[in-house]
Amino acid sequence: MSSLHIAIIIPFLMAIVIPIIYPYTKRLHTGWIVLLVPTIIFVYFLSYLPITSNGETLLHSMPWVPSLGINFDVYLDGLSLIFALLISGIGSLVVLYSIYYLNKATERLQNFYTYLLIFMGAMLGVTLTDNLITLYIFWELTSLASALLISYWYHRKKSVYGAQKSMLITVFGGFAMLAGFCILYGITGTFSIREIIGQVDAVVASQLFLPAMILVLLGAFTKSAQFPFHIWLPDAMEAPTPVSAYLHSATMVKAGIYLVARLTPVFGGQAVWFWTLIIVGLITLAYGSVTAVRQKDLKGILAYSTISQLGLIMSLLGVGSAALFVSDGEAVTFYAVAIMTALFHLINHATFKGSLFMTVGIIDHETGTRDIKKLGGLMTIMPITFVISAVGLASMAGLPPFNGFISKEMFFTGMLRATEADFFSANSIGFMLPIIAWIASIFTFLYCLIMFVKTFLGTFKEENFDQKVHEAPLGMLISPLLLGSLVIVLGLFPNIVADSLIAPAVTSIIPTLTLDNVAVDFYLWHGFNTELLMSIGVVLFGTGLFLLMKKWSKLEIYKRERDPLHWFYDKGLDGLITGSQAITRVQMTGLLRDYFLYMSIFIVLLLSWTFWYADAWNLNTANLAELPIFMVVIAVVFIMACLCLPFIKKRLTLIIFAGIIGYIMALFFVILRAPDLALTQLLIETVTVVLLMLAFRHLPEMADETVKASKKTFNIIVSAAVGITVTVVGISAYSLSTDAGLTSISDFFIENVYELGGGTNMVNVILVDFRGLDTMLEVLVLGIVALAVIMLVKHRFKGGEDV
Amino acid sequence: MKYSKSHDVLQQTLIVVTTYFLLAFAFYLFFAGHNDPGGGFIGGLTAACSLMLIYVVFDRKAANDVIQISFVPVVAIGLLITLGVGFIGIIFGDAYLEQFFGYYTFPFFGELELTTALPFDLGIFLVVVAVAMVITLTVAEDED
Repeated sequence: MSSLHIAIIIPFLMAIVIPIIYPYTKRLHTGWIVLLVPTIIFVYFLSYLPITSNGETLLHSMPWVPSLGINFDVYLDGLSLIFALLISGIGSLVVLYSIYYLNKATERLQNFYTYLLIFMGAMLGVTLTDNLITLYIFWELTSLASALLISYWYHRKKSVYGAQKSMLITVFGGFAMLAGFCILYGITGTFSIREIIGQVDAVVASQLFLPAMILVLLGAFTKSAQFPFHIWLPDAMEAPTPVSAYLHSATMVKAGIYLVARLTPVFGGQAVWFWTLIIVGLITLAYGSVTAVRQKDLKGILAYSTISQLGLIMSLLGVGSAALFVSDGEAVTFYAVAIMTALFHLINHATFKGSLFMTVGIIDHETGTRDIKKLGGLMTIMPITFVISAVGLASMAGLPPFNGFISKEMFFTGMLRATEADFFSANSIGFMLPIIAWIASIFTFLYCLIMFVKTFLGTFKEENFDQKVHEAPLGMLISPLLLGSLVIVLGLFPNIVADSLIAPAVTSIIPTLTLDNVAVDFYLWHGFNTELLMSIGVVLFGTGLFLLMKKWSKLEIYKRERDPLHWFYDKGLDGLITGSQAITRVQMTGLLRDYFLYMSIFIVLLLSWTFWYADAWNLNTANLAELPIFMVVIAVVFIMACLCLPFIKKRLTLIIFAGIIGYIMALFFVILRAPDLALTQLLIETVTVVLLMLAFRHLPEMADETVKASKKTFNIIVSAAVGITVTVVGISAYSLSTDAGLTSISDFFIENVYELGGGTNMVNVILVDFRGLDTMLEVLVLGIVALAVIMLVKHRFKGGEDV
Repeated sequence: MKYSKSHDVLQQTLIVVTTYFLLAFAFYLFFAGHNDPGGGFIGGLTAACSLMLIYVVFDRKAANDVIQISFVPVVAIGLLITLGVGFIGIIFGDAYLEQFFGYYTFPFFGELELTTALPFDLGIFLVVVAVAMVITLTVAEDED
């Protein structure tokens, strides 16, 4: 276990500690304790900066289930480091902000910070692990933590709705992604990302390349809120604002971006990857920016803006993946610019969107509303918030001299370069890309302008607000101020992150590049060129649209705030519920007998089909052992006792007979030399009989069966079929294995039990050592059963509960 | 529940004695498990049987006075022990649930085998005893 492992685990440990120490530290805001974690992690990861900027990478392995290739391997390169710094850096600022945002007297802080820490650890795990399964586990943990945080104010119906929506969509994507990972494992035989990258040729040559790619991209697209999976993000805005700033703009939604970037060496360099990313990204970009214009809620605008910016990054990764296709050194750098831009915009987006979310939170906190129809004239009342927001909005709109300007100019560059490509049939419709990008940018500019004017300019109407409006306390302003100054610093001196952060990350996305031939240079002023003209056009058209707003804001489409795509989700969910209710009504009759019938029929059909499919019938009885006469006698008694059961009318006799059957079973175990099994069977029988005796008085009188003769016959046929199937399977399995000369697995245990397990009782050593995991999970099931019994008996429904 | 209200002194005395023997046997089975038939599961069931006997023969109140254990937490404790032992392997850089054993010489006892399988089995023992008791008592106590 290395220090990198510990860095991932610390947030989880802290998440356990917080609820324990919370009652004792009520006088102190819990946030101050939590703040230590991301700060320490941030400083810790900063110390890796010199290492990765030299192009070195670190790998620490930790076996978990080595036999299945599942290991907790930690891999740190440039790409991981950017994310680790974002997660811990933005994380500390958000925690600091939340200390002032959440009232320690009224909020359940222990829950909030526990979820937040789980999220932080999971996110670090996603970006630092090298093993796909470990990545998947952390990935789902982020979905889980996100849903918990969205439903933090769980008494609000909308919060729960939003949490459920985000959970359903992202977990669906996660499952698809897991399937994609399994296909990758099937092709390459490893879950390690580095090893899969090493076998790219096999992946590309495989017939399963396309399914694997689509499944993995489903995971990435749902997480990164790409069209049409973006519908969960606006509803996730029900979460407290620090959460929105952290999860839904700066980190979690970028997990999809991370995954795409990380797997670009595997899937990239192919036309289908190139086009999927560009098309999905550009649709998301355009759709998000247009929808954002229609929003009246400040957080709604920011949510759709996040969706659109994620689309922008996604399309850039698509264009950049062409660098893997072209072989010429110059052409590689030509397209790698898009990757650079994607990474640069990733950082920029985190800074300006983080600060914007925080200022919106301040406005919400201090005025009690986020509705732009009510807000206005806040410039003089909240001057500091105004300045920070203005900087953030200008950066988002792509105005100089802020960092958003540089990344937007380079985004145009990237899209223009895609048109110059003479591969992947880009020369046919490639000219569309810069046009869509340009139109989307106009709308981006427009919603920034709307947000700016409607919130801060105009007249301040006091009657719109329930509370006295004033500037936020200083502590709440620190985090957005820091992020806002980063926006300016990165705008004026963009090259401070160029060589240290972005260049190493570019080399990990495009392995054909080395640090020597990555020319990362960002310039605020890049001369008169097409990009600059496009930007001037954006400003002109955007302002023009804003001036004409009076006219087009009367249109029906502007007033319709809700995304029409939600309809599909809501209808789908309703259909799912009604459908499953219909099936349940048919299947759940409340009669144990029926359930057994369903299960038996299914098992018999499945087994027969498998046998028929594999042609495994083999009823060769020649190899079976001779039966001694006393075994035959016992077997006959056993069968007789079983056959008696249906005809017994008295319950006490039934219990006794069931006991007899169990004890004879134990006798068989004794004869076949399985003392452990015999002992267990005897004891289980005893306990069961005692239990039945104790509960005897509760059992109702046995009523006569009122089943139709036809159904009875059917039941007899099914039970006979089960018996025959099991017998046939047993004999076939035995004779097939003797025919094939398979050696029994017990030989291995006989040889190794003492040497490896240190015991001479084979059964016990298997239970506690070789198959310890099985045993552990079995006792877990036992524990759950005990809880279920308590639930059923002591907390039984009285009727009228709302379930 | 209505336990037997009889005042059969002979039966009650006999059961008290038997319980001790059963518990001792459960103890033996638990430790013998690694090399002979036995182990946490079987030992646990035997112990549960002996406790149940007390409940069957004496009335609930008397039995509760003797056995002052709340069994639900015991399930949790047993599970935690079982889960926790697995981490020993990880601490020593091996897989989860890797078991270790060694032979050590003690004064008075002589050479003994110590293994991590023993605490693992202890967890199972506790869970089995507690689950059997919880289920039986909950069903039996049900008033409805």
